[in-house]
Amino acid sequence: MAVQKLPLAKAINESLRTALENDPKVVLMGEDIGKLGGVFRVTDGLQKDFGEDRVIDTPLAESGIVGTAIGLALRGYRPVVEIQFDGFVFPAYDQIVTQLAKMHARSLGKVKLPVVIRIPYGGGIGAVEHHSESPEALFAHVAGLKVISPSNSQDAYWMLQQAIQSDDPVIYFEPKRRYWDKSEVDTETIPAPLHSARTVREGSDLTLVAYGPMVKVCLEAAAAAEEEGKSLEVLDLRSMSPIDFDAIQASVEKTGRLVVVHEAPVFYGAGAEIAARITERSFYHLESPVLRVGGFHAPYPPARLEEEYLPGLDRVLDAVDRSLAY
Amino acid sequence: MTVESTAARTPRRTSGGKRAASSKAGTKTAKTAAAKPAKAGAAEPELVQLLTPEGQRVEHPDYSIDLSADELRGLYKDMVLTRQFDAEAIALQRQGELGLWPSLLGQEAAQIGSGRATREDDYVFPTYREHGVAWCRGVEPKKLLGMFRGVNNGGWDPNTNNFHLYTIVIGSQALHATGYAMGVTKDGADSAVVAYFGDGASSQGDVMEGFNFAAVYNAPVVFFCQNNQWAISESNEKQFRVPLFQRAQGFGFPGVRVDGNDVLAVLAVTRAALDRARRGEGPMLIEAFTYRMGAHTTSDDPTKYRRDEEREAWEAKDPILRLRTYLLAEGMADEAFFADLEKESEDFGKQVREAVRSMPDPDMMAIFENVYADGSALVDEERAQFAAYQASFADAGHGEGK
Repeated sequence: MAVQKLPLAKAINESLRTALENDPKVVLMGEDIGKLGGVFRVTDGLQKDFGEDRVIDTPLAESGIVGTAIGLALRGYRPVVEIQFDGFVFPAYDQIVTQLAKMHARSLGKVKLPVVIRIPYGGGIGAVEHHSESPEALFAHVAGLKVISPSNSQDAYWMLQQAIQSDDPVIYFEPKRRYWDKSEVDTETIPAPLHSARTVREGSDLTLVAYGPMVKVCLEAAAAAEEEGKSLEVLDLRSMSPIDFDAIQASVEKTGRLVVVHEAPVFYGAGAEIAARITERSFYHLESPVLRVGGFHAPYPPARLEEEYLPGLDRVLDAVDRSLAY
Repeated sequence: MTVESTAARTPRRTSGGKRAASSKAGTKTAKTAAAKPAKAGAAEPELVQLLTPEGQRVEHPDYSIDLSADELRGLYKDMVLTRQFDAEAIALQRQGELGLWPSLLGQEAAQIGSGRATREDDYVFPTYREHGVAWCRGVEPKKLLGMFRGVNNGGWDPNTNNFHLYTIVIGSQALHATGYAMGVTKDGADSAVVAYFGDGASSQGDVMEGFNFAAVYNAPVVFFCQNNQWAISESNEKQFRVPLFQRAQGFGFPGVRVDGNDVLAVLAVTRAALDRARRGEGPMLIEAFTYRMGAHTTSDDPTKYRRDEEREAWEAKDPILRLRTYLLAEGMADEAFFADLEKESEDFGKQVREAVRSMPDPDMMAIFENVYADGSALVDEERAQFAAYQASFADAGHGEGK
């Protein structure tokens, strides 16, 4: 396999397969990831091919999964754990924040914690409560963690490879409503640096920054805006911690306007951090305040309301219009 | 007054004779029973004991031990030096040299007995009170003091002595130990892992999850609980309803209660549990029944929540005293040995004091060190900004003509 069109979920599956083949220290852990292949089938077939010792069905205890993954990492393994849904990560939050993130520093650099935590996140699939959330800011706020999210199959494959090779703990957020979107994967290319942003559409009037599931929405918004004669640049952030501020700055200093889009609530979200930093860096280049489009300061709504809740093309364009009106 | 002399002093009369007469393993005295709320008529379960509080060697049907005089003196010495170290640390905290110290006073046998049971290739996951275990593992004593002085948050390489960093969040390490043990099994090694925790941690979900994962994966881990009777101010009665060691049964592995102040019994039981783990027979829970003679930490005030009588009753069960009695009775140590040890202990104390006082504050840029193994653009940026900010003062100094 060199270049192939794959659904995003399958690209992750291929990436995990590659990692299992290349490094005997890589082990997968999670609930239902073995025989079932995970509730989204992301790990489909891997236990069959690599055995129960390397693709481990765990008891239903997220803290237990992450806590034992830390122990395995201390023994020299590279665990890749799956949290079944975004809203289920919180029993493990203590282990992630108080243990996983800090252990390297506490040992003065002597121990490394190459643990990847895969979390399907975001809404848009009509799920019940706790299955549609975007908690990335809660992890990005913690020093010692790296937080990333692919928006397409190519990144899904490569960013996971890079995450597994990283000696730091990485939270890998998978945009679950894009699991079935197909795009090209080249398994023989040289990938971009893990924490670099990428310009996915060039434009001159305004910069849209998004990541994960919202990149597609922003590309649609840019296409619609083009019909109205507005030229929007779209940046796929890819990494929420650290953030490639240089790339955003370069784009903003070209366009003069910035709108940040994410599903996560706007309050204390990635958009707030980007707005603050870019205001500081590019104050005299900005033609208008940095605007944010995202979730509300309210629990994720029941599925019948999520279409209204989630930032769609119109909400993005509304922010674009407000920015351009300055 | 030295630690040696503390250990050697005669038990107070209030807790002496009667206690001795009824000291069969696990029997409650009227005094200790009265000090605690009655537990619905439940008698305290038997505990494994090989050396009584009076220093009498007794046998146990399931656990035995045969140590040379040299080995026994070695255990004695370990306990005395550990107690000396602890006393020095408390004093250093009182002098402002340490910010905090969690004392292990009274738990020397539990820690030395279990620590000495481990093999070099075994791995230990401590709480923050395992100074005696650290001693057995060969961790340099002053390294334990760095985090309590505030010069680092851990500061030793866990892989040097297979002794993990102290874990302050209660119970988290039970899972790390279990995961590490799962890795041992994967490697096909016959090492074992020990997870230390206390009675307080037994209420934490992570400890229960550790039990369950260890059982499910048959991991070679020994869960070593020092039940020192108090989780800061909360007695056992406020924490659980079933004796801790009995919990193991519900998870599918054996549990045993051992006299945590009997270094021989702790050594024998821990050895057996580690051997069992090495043979691939899975985890085991040891509840070392002991007592926190001091405060939870130097910030704590036990007079707010417990009675002196309870502590006095436990003083009669002192782990060091009983081994001293036994060594003397059996002619395995003479006064010269104790005198030499007292001198060694004093010298050791002096070294500890000097090591702490000469411990330098870290460079301020250490804030940014080792946040990430692979580095981080964000940390780099903030480090550079902070360095520039600090440098601006130097410039200001020049401006004023310094």
